[in-house]
Amino acid sequence: MADTTFTDQNFEQDVLKNNLPVLVDFWAPWCAPCRIVSPIVEELAKEYEGKLKVGKLNVDENPENASKYGVMSIPSLIIFKNGHPIKTVIGAQGKENFKKAIDEALSA
Amino acid sequence: MYDVIIIGSGPAGLTSAIYTTRASLKTLVVAGGKWGGQLMLTTLVENYPGFPEGIQGPDLMLAMRKQAERFGAEFIDENFEESDFTKLPFRITAAGKTFEGKSVIIATGADTRWLDVPGEKEKIGRGVSSCAPCDAFFFKNKKTIVIGGGDSAMEEAIVLANFAESVTVVHRSEALRASQIMQDKARKNPKIKFIFNTEVKKILGDDHVTGVELLNNKTNETSKIDIDGVFVAIGHIPNTKIFKGIELDKKGYVRVHDHTRTNIEGVFVAGDVHDSHYRQAVTAAGFGCAAALEAERWLRDQE
Repeated sequence: MADTTFTDQNFEQDVLKNNLPVLVDFWAPWCAPCRIVSPIVEELAKEYEGKLKVGKLNVDENPENASKYGVMSIPSLIIFKNGHPIKTVIGAQGKENFKKAIDEALSA
Repeated sequence: MYDVIIIGSGPAGLTSAIYTTRASLKTLVVAGGKWGGQLMLTTLVENYPGFPEGIQGPDLMLAMRKQAERFGAEFIDENFEESDFTKLPFRITAAGKTFEGKSVIIATGADTRWLDVPGEKEKIGRGVSSCAPCDAFFFKNKKTIVIGGGDSAMEEAIVLANFAESVTVVHRSEALRASQIMQDKARKNPKIKFIFNTEVKKILGDDHVTGVELLNNKTNETSKIDIDGVFVAIGHIPNTKIFKGIELDKKGYVRVHDHTRTNIEGVFVAGDVHDSHYRQAVTAAGFGCAAALEAERWLRDQE
């Protein structure tokens, strides 16, 4: 599913306790570079279905986890595995870059 | 095979694309991973003609892109990697794919000039930023500094002041370079303070910014202040070093021959990548138009 939404309420269950690795896109409606990354994240969600759970977290509405994981610039994409952040990609970039980071994280 | 490959997707590149597609030239825009250029990192743009109330920078860029797409421009949202201008067709590589074009317009613009001091690079996105509109939110009730004395430093400070507890503009000389209107806006804001004749020597902190080391270049005194965020606004550097065979000037900008031509026939240039003088969205768009017209004329002459 491309439109998974993570929140401070479901973060523990859906991200930290997920059996799959999880990619969280920290974003906000006022962030222009996030609008560039958003459609890419949706494509990644489809391409990695079954291997990686992909979803978005709105930092305006969910400040707790943004601050807990040290997000100070968005878009920030963080990949979690077994409840821990294992890879962070900060800033808008091409899809190939994101795929490289995901592939590295998945094979780690 | 494309008639024109445009590298870059700021006002120059997108205006070129609008003109080449309307001239029925098959056009590819190598837009980059973060397309849209410097205006994507701004808020309200009040000096682009046609928008009496101003327009948000990202909205302006989205509108330009839609306009180019409407006339058939193709886009690849990946970073340019390599060029081969030694023979025709020219070859451009992006994300591992190679594209062929009969002509090229270089419109890669300019990127943030960082301070290049210890502690900076590894903390970009961790307290070091060049985009207050993007990151100010994370500095709610925190202490921040803005480095620079021009219009963009004033804008960064004003945007930051909406969130931060304090904003201190640190400038290395004794007077601001910013336009009067921007200076007045910043000076009127009670949260914004100014320190002159001062340079940042080091950014402190392990995994995020906790302070900076400053040097007063008049007295040679050093000091340390505790802060949470460093916003860098000291200008831009042209994105030129990746083009093999393209002649640059002393400052590293693409050298222009006879309007918008580069030293290689069939390769044209537009916008901040060659223009160190005006550096405005509207002049970049104008240069984009000129380069497209020149490319069209050159292609016609080749037939």
